Amino acid sequence: MKLLRMKPGHGEIVLAEGDVEVPEQERQLIEAFRRQLDAGMWAAVPTQAPGGRREAELVKSFSEVPRDAERVIFFPRAAGGAPAAKR
Amino acid sequence: MALSLGTAALVLVALLWELSRPTRQLARTRLRELWRLRSSAEQPAAYDPGRERRAEQRARELLRSCVSEHDWAMYRDLGFLCVAGALRGERARAHAPAHAREPGAAGADGEEPAYAYLIYPHKPIVAYVPATGELLNEYCVAFPDHTRPYGSARLPDSDDVLAKWMALSADERRLVGEANMHLPGRQVDPDRVRRDLARLARWEREQRERRVRPARDLLDAHDSTSVRAA
Repeated sequence: MKLLRMKPGHGEIVLAEGDVEVPEQERQLIEAFRRQLDAGMWAAVPTQAPGGRREAELVKSFSEVPRDAERVIFFPRAAGGAPAAKR
Repeated sequence: MALSLGTAALVLVALLWELSRPTRQLARTRLRELWRLRSSAEQPAAYDPGRERRAEQRARELLRSCVSEHDWAMYRDLGFLCVAGALRGERARAHAPAHAREPGAAGADGEEPAYAYLIYPHKPIVAYVPATGELLNEYCVAFPDHTRPYGSARLPDSDDVLAKWMALSADERRLVGEANMHLPGRQVDPDRVRRDLARLARWEREQRERRVRPARDLLDAHDSTSVRAA
């Protein structure tokens, strides 16, 4: 599993990578996951429905992440109000 | 008496002023140095078009790996994504026009959703009715990264689109709740949206034709072979 974070001026960065079946690596993943949530990030897991439809799932704790998920993507939480657009 | 005391006081002040001169100079130098360090730390990293381009390239790859092939092609060709609305209940009924609220109106499971969203990079999400092209609302939402790693809180364009897509796909109600809702035309030009909807319809038609063409060619080839054999 990879924990990725979207970053301005960079694109995504890999925060942590490991096998959830290996306790030590899972602990590191959980710690990195918590740090991001503490920093106010939202976490999403891209998924594929049985019909092939692509979706995403927002998760609030590491236990909600499917064990077979390949990636968890962190991004800044939504804030209402975009800057005024120039037409 | 008063005159002599006053004079003594003045001399004392002058003496102290002179004695403290080195200390004051040192303090002034330190303050200047601190100010310089603080200014340089606050100064945003210089804009680097190469870095921004590479960031956008990475973001596009990430978006491509998360959405379907059809959605990726749409974004690549048109510059926006179209996502079917899936909200049910009061909120959806409140937002959708009367004909979309009628029982039996197509929903997320049907061929055509009752309403859908257009996701633009760094612009509000626009809700509309696919059946009529009627614009419903603008949802102003942003994903500012306050750590400003390179002096800007803005995600690359494709990351912004992906963040909106993930949030809408995962929890439409939550994203809509976080956004500021406005009537159409507040930030996105309605004429532009209508043009985009026309482009989208044309693009969808072309995609359908592209999918149908190989099958038709195969049938034609089969027919001509049969005729020749007869």
